[in-house]
Amino acid sequence: MFDFFGKLFGRDEGSKKAAKDRLKLVLVHDRASLSPRLMENLKEDLIRVISKYLEIDEEGLEVSFDQEEETMALIANIPIRQVRRNVEVKANS
Amino acid sequence: MAGKSLVVTSGKGGVGKTTTTANIGTGLALLGKKVCLIDADIGLRNLDVVMGLENRIVYDLVDVVEGHCKLRNALIKDKRCENLFLLPAAQTREKDAVSPDQMRELCETLKEDFDYVIVDSPAGIEHGFRNAIAGADDAIVVTTPEVSAVRDADRIIGMLEANDLREPRLIINRIRPDMVRRGDMMDIDDIIEILAIKLLGVVPDDQDVIVATNRGEPVVYDRRTRSGEAYFNIVRRIEGEDVPLLQLEQEGLVERLKRFFNFDGKRRKAE
Repeated sequence: MFDFFGKLFGRDEGSKKAAKDRLKLVLVHDRASLSPRLMENLKEDLIRVISKYLEIDEEGLEVSFDQEEETMALIANIPIRQVRRNVEVKANS
Repeated sequence: MAGKSLVVTSGKGGVGKTTTTANIGTGLALLGKKVCLIDADIGLRNLDVVMGLENRIVYDLVDVVEGHCKLRNALIKDKRCENLFLLPAAQTREKDAVSPDQMRELCETLKEDFDYVIVDSPAGIEHGFRNAIAGADDAIVVTTPEVSAVRDADRIIGMLEANDLREPRLIINRIRPDMVRRGDMMDIDDIIEILAIKLLGVVPDDQDVIVATNRGEPVVYDRRTRSGEAYFNIVRRIEGEDVPLLQLEQEGLVERLKRFFNFDGKRRKAE
């Protein structure tokens, strides 16, 4: 009886959210692993941008996906040698 | 003007490629187009049975490619529908009996005489799939609203794009409005958000499809059926017409009660 009213007022959360969340996560992995070039391009772009501000150890750069239950993060470990002098810092408008 | 070749593919097996090919092909022929269907699932012939043409096969795709017969002699003319032809798959051969180049040449030849050449792709991503896409101008991806089907569809879309079929269109098959309403099935927007390709159409889960296959009469012949109407709308969209999506939602008891008890903010009379 109470279950009926629960469903009537829409309090029952269906399984589609789980399906969507799991799919999105699994596709991040699928797409990245099927395209090794994607990770290489990502690394190159990261190096280029960060090198504008910091001198980094390009060989030691590590990029990976970290998954914990429902969330996924891109983790980058970027060893720094030196902060660059004479960096032009753009003023935020 | 030369015709157009389409490949119907999915990645995952059993989501409705063959049914879709049969219904789209028949639907286009019902609109007056000259259509040739090709069953590219060598070794697991199925399009013939769905079309009800299984007892008319003399020659097949491999016979044509190996030169045992003329292409004309292998094409089966559908007796119910004007201008509809089928080139069946071989049942006893391996998938590598045909090469992508041979498929390309076959499609080019057929396009000279037909408005549409539609290739039913096998499941998977190996040789059979590569054969099926070799001669195609455009691709149709079929999926169901299930996790594994959508995942495989994503993979297949990546492979199509890598093979210069850059704008595949999506058919979502076997959608169940009751489950969508309950929140137990992904809806159209969810799937489009994930796959990010253009939607060609949506076909509801419909027992009439099984009945149609039992009889060997594609469901698109009977537009009183929900799936038949959905397929016919898809065919009209392929021809360039702007057809709105079918109203698949049917108001259930709960929705009516909600309205009656004023939960949508408007006063209405009881049904």
